Amino acid sequence: MAYKKRIDGRKFDEMRPIEAKVGVIDRAVGSSYFKIGKTIAYAAVYGPRELFPRFMQNPTKALLRTHYNMMPFSGSGDRVRPGPSRRSKEISLVTKHALEPVLKLDDFPNAVVDVFIELPQTDAGSRCAGICAASMALADAGITMKDLVGAISVGIVDGQVLVDLDYQEEAFDGIVSDVPIAIIPSTGELTLLQMDGQISKDDLMKGLEMGKKAITQIMDVQRAALKAKFKGE
Amino acid sequence: MRMDQRVKNHILKYLSQGLRFDGRKSDEIRDISIEYDVSKTAEGSVKVKLGETEVLVGVKLEVGKPYPDKQDEGTIMVNVELLPLSSPDFESGPPSLQAIELARVIDRGMRESNAVDFKNLCIEKGEAVWNILIDVCTLNDAGNLLDAAGIGMLAALQNTYYPKLEDGKINYKEKTDKKLGLKLSPMPVTVYKLGSYFIVDPLKDEEMAADARLTVTTISDGTICALQKGGDLPLTLDDIDKMLDLAIVKANEIRKSIGDKNAKK
Repeated sequence: MAYKKRIDGRKFDEMRPIEAKVGVIDRAVGSSYFKIGKTIAYAAVYGPRELFPRFMQNPTKALLRTHYNMMPFSGSGDRVRPGPSRRSKEISLVTKHALEPVLKLDDFPNAVVDVFIELPQTDAGSRCAGICAASMALADAGITMKDLVGAISVGIVDGQVLVDLDYQEEAFDGIVSDVPIAIIPSTGELTLLQMDGQISKDDLMKGLEMGKKAITQIMDVQRAALKAKFKGE
Repeated sequence: MRMDQRVKNHILKYLSQGLRFDGRKSDEIRDISIEYDVSKTAEGSVKVKLGETEVLVGVKLEVGKPYPDKQDEGTIMVNVELLPLSSPDFESGPPSLQAIELARVIDRGMRESNAVDFKNLCIEKGEAVWNILIDVCTLNDAGNLLDAAGIGMLAALQNTYYPKLEDGKINYKEKTDKKLGLKLSPMPVTVYKLGSYFIVDPLKDEEMAADARLTVTTISDGTICALQKGGDLPLTLDDIDKMLDLAIVKANEIRKSIGDKNAKK
C-alpha cells in the first residue's frame, strides 16, 4: 500500500509552515527563533570569547562548540531527563560539522564560539530546525560566513519520497526512512547527511534533489528574518 | 561573575537620589507579560517576561506509585535549568548551586502553601498517583530570575490540563479539559538590600551589587509560606520587618497585574 496522501494534507515536496526571527535573546551576541510545524528551536551564540583551558586554544582559528538540548517538557511522551544524552551529544557533533564549513573562524585565533540550541517543543526534525536556527544566530552575531546553512529532512514513507517528515510520518507503520540533510545553498554542497531506515539509491538521490529545493525556500525565510532585524522593522 | 566596586558605588549614589539605572523607583517592578501554551508537548506551559528577563516553564504530568508513607497523595518536583543560552555566566553541566537554590525556594513556596491538593492527585490508593514535574528553563537573564520563575510556575500550573488516561497509561496526544487547578496563588518576591536601601525586581548589576536578599513567598491573605535569606551580609529585625511588608504588597501587585483570581483588591 503506497502512501498516497500525507496525514496532514501537505504536498510531497511541501514543508510545514516556517517562522523565523532573530535577536530574540538580549544577553546573547546573536540569537534566533526558528519554528517549523510544531518543532521550535531557539539558538544563541556567545563569543568569540577566550577559550579555557588554555591548552585547547588553537592559535590559527577559533573553536566552534555546539550544544543541542531538548527542554525536559519538549518530548512527545514522558518528561525528558535534563542533561546530555548520547543522542544529544551526537546531534551536537553533527550540528558542528554542518555549520563549520561556512564559518570564517580564522578571524579569531585562540577563541571559542559557543552555539546553544534549545528546543521547547518538538515534533520531528529537531536537529534540522536547530541547524537552521544556529546559522541565523551566527549571522546575527556578526561572525563572517560564506553563506547561511539550511537543513531539512527528506525520506520515504511507505514507498513515497517526500520532504520534512513530521512525527506521525516518522512513526508510520511501514517502511520509513528519514534522511536529515544540511546544504550550503550557494554551492549546493551537503554538510549534514544522516539516515535512519532503508532507501534505494535512486530514491535517495530524488529525495536529495527535493531537499535542495526546500532548503532554498528555507534560506529565503532566514534571510528575510535577518533583514527585518537590521532594517529595524 | 564578580561585582565591580565602581558599579556598586554608582548604584548606591543613584539610590541615594531615589533613582535606578532604568528609571524605576526602588519598589517598582518591571512590566510582566505572560504567553500561555508555548509548548504543546507540555501539559501546561508559559513564557514569562519580566522586563528583559525571560523564562519558559513547562509542566509534565506522569503516573507513578505513591510514597509508602503517603499512599493517597501525588507529588510535585521542581527543576530549574539555568541554560547557558540565557547568559554568558551560565555553563553547561550539572545544576549549579544557584539553580538548585532557586528550584528549592520556589518548590517550598508552592508545596508549603498547600495550593496543590495532593489528595486530588490520587488515582488509586497505594497504586497510582499523578506526579507533577515542573521545569523552569531560562531564556534571558536580565536579573531576578527567581521571581520570574515563581510567577511562571504559578501561571503554568494554573494552566495545566490532565492528559487522557487509557487503562492506566497516559495518552499524551490527547489532553482532557480537566484542569489541574490550584487552590491558592503563592507568589515569591525577593527584596534586595543595598547599603541602607531596599529594592525589588533588580537588574543584573543591582543583583550582583546587593549585600543581602530575602525571598518571601506569600499567599493572598499575607500568610508567609517560604523564606530564604541570601547574600553575604546579615539582616536586622528592623530590616526583615520592612522587607516582609514590601514583599507582601508587591506579591499582590504582581497577582493583580497577571490577572490572578486570588488577587486582593
